Amino acid sequence: MFDFSLLTNWIHELLSSFMPEWLTVTTECVLIGVCLLLAYALLALFYIWFERKVCAAFQCRLGPNRVGPMGLLQSFADMFKILIKELISLKHTDKFLFALAPYLVILASMLAFAVLPWGNGLQIINFNIGIFFLIAVSSIGVLGILLAGWSSNNKFTLIGALRSGSQMVSYELSIGLSVITMVCLAGSMSVTEIVAKQQDLWFIFSGHIPAIIAFIIYLIAGTAETNRGPFDLPEAESELTAGYHTEYSGIHFGFFYLAEYLNLFIVAGVATLLFFGGWMPLHFPGWDAFNHVMDYIPSVVWFIGKAVALSFVIIWFKWTFPRLRIDQMLSLEWKYLLPINLFNLVLMVLVIVYGLHF
Amino acid sequence: MVFLSIQNSTFAIVAALTGIGLVALALWLAGLISPRSFNPQKGEAYECGIPTRGESMAQFKVGYYLFAILFLMFDVECVFLFPWAVKVRELGVDGLLSIAIFFGIIVLGLMYAWRKGALEWK
Repeated sequence: MFDFSLLTNWIHELLSSFMPEWLTVTTECVLIGVCLLLAYALLALFYIWFERKVCAAFQCRLGPNRVGPMGLLQSFADMFKILIKELISLKHTDKFLFALAPYLVILASMLAFAVLPWGNGLQIINFNIGIFFLIAVSSIGVLGILLAGWSSNNKFTLIGALRSGSQMVSYELSIGLSVITMVCLAGSMSVTEIVAKQQDLWFIFSGHIPAIIAFIIYLIAGTAETNRGPFDLPEAESELTAGYHTEYSGIHFGFFYLAEYLNLFIVAGVATLLFFGGWMPLHFPGWDAFNHVMDYIPSVVWFIGKAVALSFVIIWFKWTFPRLRIDQMLSLEWKYLLPINLFNLVLMVLVIVYGLHF
Repeated sequence: MVFLSIQNSTFAIVAALTGIGLVALALWLAGLISPRSFNPQKGEAYECGIPTRGESMAQFKVGYYLFAILFLMFDVECVFLFPWAVKVRELGVDGLLSIAIFFGIIVLGLMYAWRKGALEWK
């Protein structure tokens, strides 16, 4: 399995051979920033195309197919279109908060994005409390959405923002508890260690029934957290025009769009990390030949492949289930997912402490 | 960790700056190439076509507030579970017994809220 730290160490040695230390550090930071920016933008554009194609397939249409092969360049064209749209300045908004909201939304998704393990030795932020940091920063996004809705001074946006706030805040509990369940199993909050613990078998296989329950809860809560699928009440287009970003125009709107798709990837990526072994190839204990063959597939391909497959499932939800009502949405979380999750945590702890198998 | 010589917290700052940079760069670019035209109608709220009536930053349903407070309680309790979750193997049965009390408080809190009707959307 190729270790990407060889590559980064080589770059580091190359740079430090002719540069003073402070310049090396600065160059490396700029390099990482540029890579992060490119990955972020390209992935968001890919997801916009992917969602449209999947949606088209579910509705027996072709989807975008004119710009580039299979319409692959469609989202690039859309990006340029959205850049040349006018940024309308409104009379009635709270100017400062209105401008601040997109920054917060993008900031939250960018910080969470940088924690994901992309491959063997290819991870940007590697705290020993990585997964905790990820949950913490991804909840900044709620602030951005609430600010966007409130500062627009519009009834649609206010209702959208409040719905979104109550929804994201509620489902964050489920995400937190299912992450705690998996942290119990892994015995660590560091992203690298969680991946390393799944060397022999992914947690979805080695975690018995509690891991499977936690995965299902995580997937439901993750869908709600990204304001998608059956949980798209915040931007229910038939009731609230566009929800919290009704008043945003041009690229301002583009930021919310970008962050929404990136959050989809982040949710899928965290599910990959916790349940499907991050970048770890599919290994089964005892199947040595199989494990060796699997090692030939690069770790980046494993991570992105698993994350895209999981986000396909989330997109599938969106085009299959009808939208929930707000009381149904809240009672699903507080009356079903939360008690089940607490019970599941106890079950997982019993499995670990007493070594039960079932 | 990509480059070993740099601290992780530096990377967090780099990621944050990248996020801010992305927004600032795109806004600057859009400001350069996007058209500008003025029309008093453009500054109005996007509602239904007729002028907006009343205050838009209006009072809203108290239910949202209630769920926010419930979330605050449970989330703080969840945060306390994290350190225990990391050490659950080492603490073993003793740790399990002591966390059971704390866990009981969470479940009791949920049951209390449920019985009081705080989880109903009215």
